[in-house]
Amino acid sequence: MQDYLTLLKLKKLPTTWCPGCGNGLVVKALAQAMHELKMNKHNTVIVSGIGCNGRSAGYFNLESIHTLHGRAIPVAEGIKTANPKLNVIVLSGDGDLLAIGGNHLLHASRRKTNITVICVNNRIYGMTGGQASPTTPLNAKTASTPFGNEFPEIDVQPVVLANNNLYARSTVYHFDHLKQVIKKALLDKEFSFVEVMSNCYQGYGKKAGYMHPYEIIMDFKKNYNMSRSHKKELKKNEIGFVKK
Amino acid sequence: MTNKKVLKKGNHVIGAAAIEAGCEFYAGYPITPQNELTEYMAKHMVLNKRPFVQAESEVSAINMVFGASAAGARAMTSSSSPGISLKQEGISYIAGANLPCVIVNMVRGGPGLGNIAGAQSDYFQATRGGGHGDYRLIVLGPNSVQELYDYTMKSFDLADKYRIPVMILGDGYLGQMMESLTLHKYAKPKNLPKKTWALTGCKGRNPNVIKTLYLTPEDALEKHNLELNVKYEKIKKELQLFETINVQNAELVIVAYGTVSRVVKNVIESSDKKIGLFRPISLWPFPENALRNLKCKKFLVVEMSLGQMVEDVKLSLFGTDASVDLIARPGGMIPTEEEIHKKIKLMLK
Repeated sequence: MQDYLTLLKLKKLPTTWCPGCGNGLVVKALAQAMHELKMNKHNTVIVSGIGCNGRSAGYFNLESIHTLHGRAIPVAEGIKTANPKLNVIVLSGDGDLLAIGGNHLLHASRRKTNITVICVNNRIYGMTGGQASPTTPLNAKTASTPFGNEFPEIDVQPVVLANNNLYARSTVYHFDHLKQVIKKALLDKEFSFVEVMSNCYQGYGKKAGYMHPYEIIMDFKKNYNMSRSHKKELKKNEIGFVKK
Repeated sequence: MTNKKVLKKGNHVIGAAAIEAGCEFYAGYPITPQNELTEYMAKHMVLNKRPFVQAESEVSAINMVFGASAAGARAMTSSSSPGISLKQEGISYIAGANLPCVIVNMVRGGPGLGNIAGAQSDYFQATRGGGHGDYRLIVLGPNSVQELYDYTMKSFDLADKYRIPVMILGDGYLGQMMESLTLHKYAKPKNLPKKTWALTGCKGRNPNVIKTLYLTPEDALEKHNLELNVKYEKIKKELQLFETINVQNAELVIVAYGTVSRVVKNVIESSDKKIGLFRPISLWPFPENALRNLKCKKFLVVEMSLGQMVEDVKLSLFGTDASVDLIARPGGMIPTEEEIHKKIKLMLK
């Protein structure tokens, strides 16, 4: 059962992330999902973007490449196109994939390149100190929105579903569910996208009035229900996967 | 394809050479005046069962090349000046990650949107690195359709040999020009290093990590920079490409590359003075020793930019008593034979 640990660079632990950060859970869920699917270092490449989550690739005992801010998806497409035998997984955050990298997401989705993108959505730019990202809630106060965020958050689900690709959503609270949807995405033969709702206590939670990282995670428990349909779009408060 | 003489367009020939040299991945994005190259690749890469991608932007194209190169493929992208500016962040990363690739810049006039005529105004950008950080590219400046063919092939070998991005610095005129050339077969050098660093699935070895981030220890990045520099110094020693015509005992030597050097050749033939031509082919590394060894006292730099290559000429001649003059035509204008003759007359008065 512990064999998934061979996929990780244990010497590098503990991670560089703040105590209570959800990134570690995503790394663990992905490692377990890969292990259960017999994906290994011989056939898999991890591509990371820039930001807190971009550091994830460094904890995998796998072929990996640390790319430019926002450009993880085209780099992954380059690898997959040049060597289709490899499983190519992108690990990055909401700022990287949805703001600066948003156009690449739109087009990789249209090209249906067979890569899996795991977007850890903590709704903030964590590494740079808590500036608003495209998924920061409306009116939220952050380091770069001291008077409240003027703009509504981006909804990535329709972008992915528009081209009949697999879209999945889970949270770092729902660990087993997260692992299952990651497996679904990894097995998919087209472009697949997993949005993982995660917590950033230091960069966002504190300002939002949370007293502890744990409270944000428990909010995921309270706020998200499991969807039973895999054909309909997920509602805002639903986790699950959709492939039309 | 054995030594066949054909009439072809410059941009098409770059594509033909890339395919002949085993280019395994091409990503591009439309921009004038290099579209014929992207279109050629769209057809012929696919006919050769190799991947072609029309990316959503130049930024995406260079990053796809980054990925394909990381996976061990011979990868190439092409564009023209504004598009090359967009590619610079990717080029900086590829250079920093010690990866090979070929980048073609069919230069057009700038700054900004400029125009779509050929120009040489990206010389600084190409030879000084272009993006952020301390790095260099190998930059080659062909001057004919034949050379576009020959040096495109060579650029793949140089990229693999030194693990460095190689830029073909052409211009809009060269790309659009039709000229006869001899097509010949590509022969891969035997001594190219194996790509042991590539992300190919690590059976029987430890995983490879491709990165450009060096945070700790404190001097990690300095060490990385110095290692890159060892490579750059090696290239400087081993690769100084140039052509000379009539330089022996010349009263005046004209320094020009690319399209301009063709005008200068006509000037030399029609001049009643003893005029020589020094034509750098590798623009980085600049063939400084060869230029310095000419022992001529008077140099005239002619370029289709506002005085960019002239700086390398002056640096090469630093400490000698040679004088350096300049004819600079920016904005896509080609210097005329008449104005060069006129300048020569003034200089040799």
